[in-house]
Amino acid sequence: MSGAPSFPVNCVAQHMETTAEYDLECISVSKKFGTVQAVDDVSLTIPKGSFFSILGPSGCGKTTLMRMIAGFEHPNSGDIRIKGKSVVNTPPNKRNVKMVFQHLALFPMMNVFENIAYGLRCGGVPASEIETRVKDVLERIALPDVANREIHQLSGGQKQRIAIARCMVLKPDVLLLDEPLGALDLKLREAMKIELKLLQHQFETTFLYITHDQSEALVMSDNVAVMNSGKFEQIGTPQNLYHDPATAFVAGFVGDTNRWAGKATSSNGSVIKLETDTGRQVSGAARGTGKISQGDKVTAFVRPEHITAEKLDKKSRAQTAAAKNVISGTVESLLFNGANSRVLVRDQSGDLVEAEVVLTGGSQDMKPGDDVTLNWAAQQTMCFVT
Amino acid sequence: MRIKKTVAALFAASILATAVPAQAETLRLLTWGSYAPDNIIKMFEEKYPDINVEVTFSNNEEMIAKLRATGGAGFDLAQPSHDRIYAAQLEYDIYKPLDLSKIDTSNMSVPLLDGVKANTTIEGEVYAVPHQWGTSGLMADKTKAPEFAGWGDLCDPKYKGKTSMRLKRTILLGTAFAMGEDPFAAYSDLDKYQDILDQVTEKLISCKDNIKAYWKGGDDLSAMMLSGEIVASETWDSTAYKLFGENENIVFIPPETGALAWIDTFALPRKGEADDAAYKWINFVMQPEIVKLMSASTGAIAAVEGGKDLLPDDKKAAVNAAFSDDDIKNLKFFANIPPGVEDMEGKALERIKAATGG
Amino acid sequence: MQKDIRRLSLILLFTPFALWIVLLIILPHIGMVILSLREKVAPRVYEYGLANYIDFINEPIYWNTLLRTGMMSLLVTTLALLIGFPIAYYIAKIAGNRTRGALFLLCLIPLWVSDLIRAFGWILLLRETGVVSSTLVWAGIINQPIEFLYNDVTVVVGLVYTVILFMIVPLVSTLDGMDNSMIEAGYNLGGNGPTVLRRIIIPYAMPGIVAGCIVVFMLTAGSYLTPILLGGKNSSWFTEQIYDQFITRYNWESGAAFGFLLLAFTSIVVWLGLKLSGQTLSTTVAKS
Repeated sequence: MSGAPSFPVNCVAQHMETTAEYDLECISVSKKFGTVQAVDDVSLTIPKGSFFSILGPSGCGKTTLMRMIAGFEHPNSGDIRIKGKSVVNTPPNKRNVKMVFQHLALFPMMNVFENIAYGLRCGGVPASEIETRVKDVLERIALPDVANREIHQLSGGQKQRIAIARCMVLKPDVLLLDEPLGALDLKLREAMKIELKLLQHQFETTFLYITHDQSEALVMSDNVAVMNSGKFEQIGTPQNLYHDPATAFVAGFVGDTNRWAGKATSSNGSVIKLETDTGRQVSGAARGTGKISQGDKVTAFVRPEHITAEKLDKKSRAQTAAAKNVISGTVESLLFNGANSRVLVRDQSGDLVEAEVVLTGGSQDMKPGDDVTLNWAAQQTMCFVT
Repeated sequence: MRIKKTVAALFAASILATAVPAQAETLRLLTWGSYAPDNIIKMFEEKYPDINVEVTFSNNEEMIAKLRATGGAGFDLAQPSHDRIYAAQLEYDIYKPLDLSKIDTSNMSVPLLDGVKANTTIEGEVYAVPHQWGTSGLMADKTKAPEFAGWGDLCDPKYKGKTSMRLKRTILLGTAFAMGEDPFAAYSDLDKYQDILDQVTEKLISCKDNIKAYWKGGDDLSAMMLSGEIVASETWDSTAYKLFGENENIVFIPPETGALAWIDTFALPRKGEADDAAYKWINFVMQPEIVKLMSASTGAIAAVEGGKDLLPDDKKAAVNAAFSDDDIKNLKFFANIPPGVEDMEGKALERIKAATGG
Repeated sequence: MQKDIRRLSLILLFTPFALWIVLLIILPHIGMVILSLREKVAPRVYEYGLANYIDFINEPIYWNTLLRTGMMSLLVTTLALLIGFPIAYYIAKIAGNRTRGALFLLCLIPLWVSDLIRAFGWILLLRETGVVSSTLVWAGIINQPIEFLYNDVTVVVGLVYTVILFMIVPLVSTLDGMDNSMIEAGYNLGGNGPTVLRRIIIPYAMPGIVAGCIVVFMLTAGSYLTPILLGGKNSSWFTEQIYDQFITRYNWESGAAFGFLLLAFTSIVVWLGLKLSGQTLSTTVAKS
């Protein structure tokens, strides 16, 4: 395996020599369209039976990568292996990789049964077996009675499940899903997230899921690769990405954060002090691979849930510890969202800072106009050289 | 104020609009292509400034179909061939009788005038006078088919794949003459005519193999002949004369049984609205100096005394190359088509076309 | 008041359409029906009856010509579909946006000139002394000029050339509406090229295929100039038969009957086609 990724990925490194345990491997895959480098030297391995997501903004190359895996595009260089066998020169219809398309691509001229039976018929499965396998898969997706419906008679969620069933009936090595939830409304999307995860467990098949929606990736995946400009920024578990982002891009893209640009005023390697462009002093910790030295330009991220907001009174002021960052400001507005409620605070330097807050509905709750202090530990300020 | 002006303007305009036709009459001609050349129309309109000439080009069949569709309205002067008047008038009542006193017949060729009058008189009324005449016959390239002489030669295996004909009634009649029959005489006995037609049909079906293609108009005939794809064909004389101008080896050949002669006439549609203008046009174009221009345009010979001499020189040469005096005497003028004959002939033509023997 | 205005505007919008239908389609056809039911007994004397239709049935030349026209039209339709489908597929699915316009324009070119000019173009190319024959002789491929003109093959070629655009346009518009991922899904689920074509692309394009076939068949069966000018000694076309009845034989009555028989014949063929393909007019012609 050449061109190893430029970041530490544990799950990859450990099993490098026994490739057959992976359902899918991409090794230094690159693809260029004209002068645009859509996918740039990307490697990934997906262990058997896991739910793997590729998360990235639109245009980052994730769809191209998936289309190469499915066989609709041919990589300029690199290798793609399914169950340890290279498929680069295998036509799409001979790869045991099935795909759920963004708009599902169910065949409108066939009914549900025929949609699911299509792949079996292509594979020359005898008619009696087709019958039982279609029935079986419909039961597993909990839609046993829709076999004779037309596609346009199904609801959005049903279509979704039929599209998955159409692939799963063929027992693929890997199921590719290209943002299949994008077209659904919010409520259904939330429900389908959980359902997809359950279906994956039930079929015990490797899912490769592509999305630009970080919450979909975080909720469902065992592992997530964050992709930007044709390259992987980081691969890891959702917690790993969230709490220990490897790059500024990942820190900014995964989860909500406050973000400041500034300059390091002092540094001892891991703990640094920096001054933001608006002039606030903040202490933080260096993350990622780059060392921060004095005078470096720095981007700092702080997640709202790590910031404690307190009403300004004499008691709490006294509690301020030296290790913490403390700033004071005025509540500009409350963003009520039940347990995830936030408060927007305008600090003295004029920045808006988002912090988590508990709103119980009682008289002690913060109100716009209240003076508050915000404090957080230096360790929670994730700093990256820019 | 403005409204008043507009109304006044509209009023004036409407007076002008109605006044124009009162002053200038329109003569609507229904005639053959090249029978109303621009230079003659211009001279006519200069002489009669109050008459506008509008021309519609057509052929015998379409002329009758057009007049039939309107019961003889829409045109003021038509020029069908002499054999297309009698039956059409009996059947569809589309013409009106001529007032011969308004036509200067003094310089018209007497035999032609008498012939047309005889052909087109119904209940004592004359319906047409002659304008120009010409023939249908054969043409051949002298260098490639020097012995070509009669209708039957079109079917001579010597010229297999090198001859052409038009699948219309002329070839039926010509073939009948070539077979020694007189189809015109048989018009009075339609059973006999059907017999003749059956023989002709058989002959032409067996001849199909010999024919390269049936020509449909002067253009495709000319192209086939000039390119040498065919060496001989049934033809209109005017087409043959035109080709003679381009290749002197291509000559018109009056068939040995006689060329079939037609006379295009002047006839008044029943609902024509400008009879006076129509008479003026007839008298105008029959003047010798106009005849010359007309013949130059049409390639046909005017129905006036010495009409042949009024042809332009090149056409005269072509005619002289084609016709001897005996040939002229041997002309077979198309006889009036009695009702029913068109149907019989049409069926015969269909059978020939549909036959796959060839 | 409001309601009256709405009704008035509806009437105004509908009037041109109604006038067009009634004055230019229904009335002439009624006239034709009446005309076709008249028999001539003597000059200027007519009776009503079915003689013209009986004549048609009794004369094999007529119905043979009609059948021949129908078969040839079906052949032309089939060829137009076989040739037009790949072209339409290329335009709709493979060509880039810019080339697409240019390709459409290329398909339109035959329609820029009149039927007559187009036929003469073919005549110039295909005649014995024409471009194709002379070129082949010059190139030494044949040693004697060949006549390509005046036979049924030429008629079919000329007709296909004329009508193929009417096949391509509805095909492009249905194929254009087809999501590319549908084709990819067809491959992804294990189908090879022929399977995807047969089970996915063709069923999806069926409305366009049927619409194109209907239009092309009607145009071909009703065409006049191309079969007349390119056809040979034995190539009869039913429209020529109608023309002959009307114009050379002055037999309007049987011409009208023939016109009706052609209309009925083509309608039956189209109806059969719809039945066999399981489509309806509203899913095909009305859609594209």
